[in-house]
Amino acid sequence: MTCRYDVLVVGAGPGGIAAATAAAEAGCHVCLLDGNAAPGGQIWRGFHAETAGRTPQAKEFLKWTARLRQTQCEVRQGWQAVDAPRRGTLRLESSGSCRDVEFGKLILATGARERFLPFPGWTLPGVMGVGGLQALVKSGLNPAGKRVVLAGSGPLLLAVGASLQAAGAELMGIYEQASFASLAGLTASLFAYPSKLAEGAHYRLKTRRVAYRTHSWVVRAEGRGRVDSVTLTDGHNQWSVDCDWLGCSYHLVPNLELALLLNCRTAGAYVEVDRLQQTSVPGVFCVGELTGIGGLEKALIEGQIAGWAAAGRTREALALEPHRRRQQSFAHRLDRAFALRPELRRLPEASTLICRCEDVPYSVLERCSSWRQAKLHTRCGMGACQGRVCGPATEFLFGLRGQGWNCIGPRPPIFPAQVSTLAAPAGAEDRSVPVG
Amino acid sequence: MKKIRAGRVQSMAEFCSISVNGKKLQAPYGSSVAAVMVMAQEPCRFSVSGEPRAPLCGMGICMECRATVNGVPHLRTCQLACAPGMEVVTE
Repeated sequence: MTCRYDVLVVGAGPGGIAAATAAAEAGCHVCLLDGNAAPGGQIWRGFHAETAGRTPQAKEFLKWTARLRQTQCEVRQGWQAVDAPRRGTLRLESSGSCRDVEFGKLILATGARERFLPFPGWTLPGVMGVGGLQALVKSGLNPAGKRVVLAGSGPLLLAVGASLQAAGAELMGIYEQASFASLAGLTASLFAYPSKLAEGAHYRLKTRRVAYRTHSWVVRAEGRGRVDSVTLTDGHNQWSVDCDWLGCSYHLVPNLELALLLNCRTAGAYVEVDRLQQTSVPGVFCVGELTGIGGLEKALIEGQIAGWAAAGRTREALALEPHRRRQQSFAHRLDRAFALRPELRRLPEASTLICRCEDVPYSVLERCSSWRQAKLHTRCGMGACQGRVCGPATEFLFGLRGQGWNCIGPRPPIFPAQVSTLAAPAGAEDRSVPVG
Repeated sequence: MKKIRAGRVQSMAEFCSISVNGKKLQAPYGSSVAAVMVMAQEPCRFSVSGEPRAPLCGMGICMECRATVNGVPHLRTCQLACAPGMEVVTE
C-alpha cells in the first residue's frame, strides 16, 4: 500500500463510493477507506452478498461498485480513522495495527447515525435503534415471529417496517412523533420528487395491514431483564403494547467527529460547504449526511461533485449544481417535517440514565450548566462511545438552556484505539512532505 | 445444541459452532456475533451499575455490544462475523 494519495476518501457508503469513483475516473491516485468489513455504508449494508442482487437498491449498489472497480482506486475495508496527527495526514487503525496515510485532498463521507432520546426503560435489552434493528437483521438476526414495535421519527420507520414485515416479523405498530399535518405537508411537497414519493408509497403499501400512527411516541419500556411491553401516548391517552423488540430512534444525526477534529466549520447541525462541497478547511470536502440528512441520491450527487472538484475538474462538478440544490432542498424538508416535539424533553425521569456508557442519570445532569461541565463532573460522554449517543440527546434535552450544551466533538482518538497507535511516531510511511 | 436460524444470510445455509457464555450454539456463517447474542438472549455486557446491555445501534457506534471474544476484551460484536470455535463471554 502506497501511503500518499492525491485524494483520500473516508467512508464507503454511497457518497464515498461516488466521490472515489469520480476522482479516480478523473485520473487521480485515490484511496477509499472504510471501517466496516464490506463497502456500502448503512443504506447499502449487506448488498455485497450475492442474494441481494434483485432489489432496485441493490442494483444501484452493484452498478456503482462495478464502476468503482473499473478504476485504479484502492479500497481498504476495516480501517478506522482515529486521529489527524499532522496537516495532510490521517492516522488509521485496523485490528490493532496502525498506519499513517498522507493525502493531497480529503473527502469525508462519514454518514450519519440514529438519534436516540432517553425514556424510562430505554437501556433494556431488546430496545434498539430502528436502523439498528435493521442492521442486525441484515447481519443475520432472524425477526420471523418476533413481535416488534417501531417508534420515533423519520422516513426510516416505514422502510424498516416494510423490510421487517417481509422477513416475517409481527409488526405491532409504527408510531411517528411528528404530526399528521407535518407529514401531509412533506408528502405534498414530494410530488416534486416522484421517485421518493413512489418509495414512500411502496413502503406504506407493504405495511398497509400495520397501524401507522402519527403524533404518538414511546413514554416508557418495561420488562424484567429485557423489554416485554411498551407504553405509548398521543399526548392525551396512554396505552401499552406487548413486544419482543422495540426499535426506537429519532431521525438521524451526522457523524461529525472527524470533520470537527479537522476544524471544519459547522452551520447549525451540519458541516458548512461551498458549491464544490469544500469545507472551511481548504482541500477538505464533506458529502452526504454530513451536510444535511438527505439520503441516497443527495449523497451520490454530492459525492460526484466532491470527487470531480478534488481532481480539479470544476466544470464537471458545477454541472451537477441543479441536482445538488434539489437534493438539499429535500433535506431541509425532511428536517422540518421530522422536527422533534418538545414533549420528548419531559420523558426522562430523575433516575433515567442519559449516558449509557457511564450510567449517568438525568437528575445528576440536570444540575450541570454545560456539556463541558457535565463531562468533567459526571463523566457523561467520557465513556466508550465518546458522547455519540448521549451528546445529541443532551443537546436536545438541555439545549434550550444555552449554547454550552451544543455538542463539541471528541478529542483524538475519535474511536477507541490501542495505546501503541496513539504513541506511534511518524513511521517509514511519512517520508514525503505533507501537502495541505 | 441449539440452532439459531438466520435472517438474510440463511441462503448460505452453513452453520458454525460458537460458544456464548459456555452455551454451544450453531451460528450461521456470515452473521455477526451481536445478531447471535440477541437471538440467544444473552447480554453483551453489564454496565458500570450492573445493568445487562444488548446491541443498540448495530453499526459500531454505541459500544453497547462490546464483549470478550476468544479472550480479547471490549470487541464490538456487531462488527465481528462468527467464526468456528469462537468463544464469546459477556463482560
